[in-house]
Amino acid sequence: MCLAVPARVVSLDSEAESAVVELDGIQKDVSTVLLDRVDVGDYVLLHVGFALERIDPQEAENTLAMFAEMRAADA
Amino acid sequence: MKYLDEYRDGATARIMAEAIRAEADTGRTYRLMEFCGGHTHAIFRYGIQDLVPDNLCFVHGPGCPVCVLPAGRIEAAIRLAEGEDVILCTYADLMRVPAGKKDSLHKAKARGADIRMIYSATDALGIAQANPDRQVVFFAIGFETTTPPTAAVLKIARAMQLNNFSVYCNHVQTPPAMAHILDSGEAQIDGILGPSHVSTIIGSRAYADCSGRYAMPIVIAGFEPLDVLASTLMLLRQINQGRHAVENQYMRVVSETGNQKAQALMDETFEPRALFEWRGLGVLPNSAVQIRDGYSQFDAEKRFAMQGVDVAENKGCICPAVLRGVSRPDECRLFGTACTPEDPKGACMVSSEGACAAWYSYGRRSASAGTAMEARS
Repeated sequence: MCLAVPARVVSLDSEAESAVVELDGIQKDVSTVLLDRVDVGDYVLLHVGFALERIDPQEAENTLAMFAEMRAADA
Repeated sequence: MKYLDEYRDGATARIMAEAIRAEADTGRTYRLMEFCGGHTHAIFRYGIQDLVPDNLCFVHGPGCPVCVLPAGRIEAAIRLAEGEDVILCTYADLMRVPAGKKDSLHKAKARGADIRMIYSATDALGIAQANPDRQVVFFAIGFETTTPPTAAVLKIARAMQLNNFSVYCNHVQTPPAMAHILDSGEAQIDGILGPSHVSTIIGSRAYADCSGRYAMPIVIAGFEPLDVLASTLMLLRQINQGRHAVENQYMRVVSETGNQKAQALMDETFEPRALFEWRGLGVLPNSAVQIRDGYSQFDAEKRFAMQGVDVAENKGCICPAVLRGVSRPDECRLFGTACTPEDPKGACMVSSEGACAAWYSYGRRSASAGTAMEARS
């Protein structure tokens, strides 16, 4: 029930507080009413038709860098 | 897909598993509760239990909304759907959960009740607009992840004066349930894998009280397998160092303070509910929300004077003990015989997040678990 998937914002309708997002080739209208700000190209976490939060690309990169460090230490 | 595939890499998983084995003290056991059903299924689906040492055990928590909803709340919804001329809308997860006398929403629908599965809370609004001469009730369930969308539709309904729409509110809260489990102590857990998307909304600081009061290590973990493994390693380090803190592995979508816009929307539309019954955990104070007075015309419990219904749970079903982390699904005598996903007797076998469903779908193949991860690498 709490599952949410990352989707890329394709276009925004700021008046309607909605966005078109793309997810593995599928486009969908979602509500952005729960977000403070969002831009085209952002990835958002999609849950029951609502964008719950923007995915922070820098933090995502930091986590992947930590994984890469573990692989490097193992090599 | 971006932000998923990178967190499912098999080679990295094996390296992390090695690090976990190196960190684990062979002279003791580790009981880690994954609070969320989403984590339970990640652990089984990706064979994580088989990657970690035998003295590390994942204990399944109550974080499955349909599993913790008592049968009486579903029975009350069935009575509403059959007794009044309403369209009852709900998420698919709830349809097959057992209510009283082996009934379910699915069976009530088959008998002719107008019960509709929806994907989004906004779909219920659309159905209300399309059927102005019928009453439309949204049977809302879920933890804090799913509460803000319900809050959003309440606000829209009030702005639109959509007087044929109401919400049967069953939203529950994570920290009180976590505190209850830690307070009883019966699950004997050493650390908690904290919720992913609940934490996106409420923030990592929401667990500071639980961690401090019960000296409990908590790591907020993402739902992907590498997130779960990295968080497990962080928990082992805390435990081995004798520390207890709330740490956050899922930094890409969880902040310390959470989504404050969503929190404000929830505050505006909901207020604490003094008492709410949970399957397995009993009646807990301040563990759920109800619709605020300003929105009471959209409260289905008030509009239809819905009454609480007492329903006896199936006596053979040990869902309550499973939800408290005290028993394992395979310790239930109904498991895999009388109770299967095709013909569930207990809620934990119905839901795609339920612990029994995870054991049934993946656990029976424990000898080959983990192969999905290897095949990817």
